Amino acid sequence: MMRLNPILSQKIIKTLLWILTGSTIGILFFIIIYIFIKGLPQLSWTFLSTNPVDMGRSGGILATIVSTVYLIGIALFFATPLGLGTAIYLTEYTREGLITKIIRFGTESLAGIPSIILGLFGFAIFVIAFGWGWSLLSGGLTLSAMLLPTIIRTSEESILSVPQEYREVAFSLGVGKWKTITRVVLPAALPGIVTGIVLSIARSVGETAVIIFTAGSSLRFPSSIFESGRTLAVHFYILAREGISMPMAYGTAAILVLLILIINISAYMTMRFLMKRYS
Amino acid sequence: MYGQEFSLQSISLAIPKSQITGIMGPSNSGKTTLLRILNRLTDLIPDILIRGQVLLDGVDILMPHYNVNLLRARVGMVFAKPIPLPRSIYENLTFGPRMHGVKDRRILDERVEQSLQAAILWDEVKDRLFESALKLSGGQQQRLCIARTLAMQSEVILLDEPTSGLDPISTAKIEEALRNLKKDYTIILVSNNTKQIARISDRVAFFLMGDLIEYGPPDMLFTNPSDKRTEDYVSGRFG
Amino acid sequence: MKEKIIEKILTLLAFSAIGVLLLITVFIFKEGLPVILKAGIKDFLFSAKWAPTKGHFGILAMIISSLAVTFGSIVMGVPLALACAVTLAEFCPPRLLVFLKPTIELLAGIPSVVFGFLGVILLVPIIREYLGGPGLSLLAASIILAIMILPTITSISIDAIQAVPLLYKEGALAMGATHWQAIWLVILPAARSGVVTAIILGMARAIGETMAVIMVAGNALKIPSSLLDPVRTLTSTIALEMGYSAGDHRTALFAAGMILFIFIMALTILANLLMRKK
Repeated sequence: MMRLNPILSQKIIKTLLWILTGSTIGILFFIIIYIFIKGLPQLSWTFLSTNPVDMGRSGGILATIVSTVYLIGIALFFATPLGLGTAIYLTEYTREGLITKIIRFGTESLAGIPSIILGLFGFAIFVIAFGWGWSLLSGGLTLSAMLLPTIIRTSEESILSVPQEYREVAFSLGVGKWKTITRVVLPAALPGIVTGIVLSIARSVGETAVIIFTAGSSLRFPSSIFESGRTLAVHFYILAREGISMPMAYGTAAILVLLILIINISAYMTMRFLMKRYS
Repeated sequence: MYGQEFSLQSISLAIPKSQITGIMGPSNSGKTTLLRILNRLTDLIPDILIRGQVLLDGVDILMPHYNVNLLRARVGMVFAKPIPLPRSIYENLTFGPRMHGVKDRRILDERVEQSLQAAILWDEVKDRLFESALKLSGGQQQRLCIARTLAMQSEVILLDEPTSGLDPISTAKIEEALRNLKKDYTIILVSNNTKQIARISDRVAFFLMGDLIEYGPPDMLFTNPSDKRTEDYVSGRFG
Repeated sequence: MKEKIIEKILTLLAFSAIGVLLLITVFIFKEGLPVILKAGIKDFLFSAKWAPTKGHFGILAMIISSLAVTFGSIVMGVPLALACAVTLAEFCPPRLLVFLKPTIELLAGIPSVVFGFLGVILLVPIIREYLGGPGLSLLAASIILAIMILPTITSISIDAIQAVPLLYKEGALAMGATHWQAIWLVILPAARSGVVTAIILGMARAIGETMAVIMVAGNALKIPSSLLDPVRTLTSTIALEMGYSAGDHRTALFAAGMILFIFIMALTILANLLMRKK
């Protein structure tokens, strides 16, 4: 049997691995560039600032932007205090034990629940049981269940990274526990917490399955949170799937990808910047 | 160190006002634990068991209903490592008073200046009060931490090996500050450095393995100890 | 006093995630279970006859389709993801790593509808042209899912590889192994439980993915007999029929969701157990 020289075979494997990695990154750039080439020419101020006309065949996407903002706002309004509160409890008020295990299991499991199941759940509870129908409120609440685990995890990590000594200093100055948390710990952990929130905004922007069953897909400009609304991602899905208008679909996709790129990159930059500053 | 059986046993100490009481002993002798009991930072350690009394002006501070936050305002603490909060010098000093409800800007300014003067730091930082405290040198940071307790107008200052990480010049400055402070404050200084204890203490306690071996004026402990173990320690035979 | 109240409130908040999880479980089961009992577990799970308006609730075809696309995506996605993980964790200079790792993670941020759309526009025509069939197929869904789960698996695997003590690698190198031999014989086996966890979480993501699959899988309701057959997964069925369903049909969709939920929870618990063992 012939055996390859180990140095040579390492060279071959290394090249192969780099080719695979390169093509993966290539796929990513291809996706982004393809969407931009097809979609960016469709963008204009009018596209962003007028409402869709004729099911989205013409006009712009203003109503969908507004619906997206509403939904994310509602979701964060509920998920942030719950997530941050959980993180504070886990880090400051309890020791590792059965209770923290249960809470962590719940968080991890919730993170793994697919969006279609969350959509079913939101539909059963908010749309039907509570009788709110398809509405931004139903959608936002369901979305908050999706964001909760991310916010808990990132907040917990950043609170844990605050040096224990800061707490001791505050205590030794006679500052109570809660004030120590709000005035010393949370300000020091803020960058990480904000990064977590920003990343969950990016996730919400691209989400469809959760929203389509809970917020519906009305194209009207939403005037209250009890109305149905269509987000950017849902709008794109409907445009593309029903073949309503390819140029409009590409334009919407470009906005989606652009938003997600900007949000992710800025979150990443802030984190890098702050990590440098602290170390 | 904690969580093991006994860190400290049967200790009885009377700490005099307006003096520096030095506490020395090898590591793990229970000095830090004792210090932390005195402003109840030991509350942070789960399942710790403390029996006995610590009387401050005749009141037992270990009673469960005693107001811990007021106690800690009266009994300040300086840690082994300088730990400035990641804020400006000014905010570090006013943080405590603000949390205790002092809002008047004039009073705060006054306290900042007084405490920095007392910690012999004023001249070095008066022009950059609003810069980050993290930019100060190690010795300056530690004096800032002393000033931070002074700004609280505490009565007792606990120092847990405050110069352990500092160079001799910074150490000398801190010792000078402590000597100036003692007329207005009750100071308890824990140190591994016997020479430092000998230099600035008015009374000295020697701890070994959680036991108080000897307590008295420095002359007695350093020149004429009544216990063999004290003699061994101060003459550098162990520890 | 105030401190005590705050602590109580925080304790309450801390149970929000587990509370939501319980609520989801209760609602999905409450809606889905009756129809399963009505149809009979055997007819529900092991019949491929799905005509909910006529009283046939067999979801076998969907289960097989879901498992098939998941399996397909794992077969294609895992080698690629592991290749990326090994390259990035072992061969990549650290300066490049801080740039490449978030780049791969960014791939996870691309919305699934965009993946589905590009699948329809670019991938499906290629399959139809060169391999035959309608193009919208099990194969197309597997490829798209493989790309979608890649960042999850890569990212967790990188962490697992980096968590292997440097000593192991140095030991192997000191014995004259090449870098690649050290990776293959020492590092990867030591990182095994983390890598397996990554794959399981990738599976969970693939089996639960909806929008991209709807767009490229063709959605024909039958047990697939070839890679080029169109398939309809559990998730696509729910998403496609939810809009117009009512009565037993709607509860049957919840029952399908319930099966999916059970799959996912089993995978999550498995991943959890593996993590703990480490």
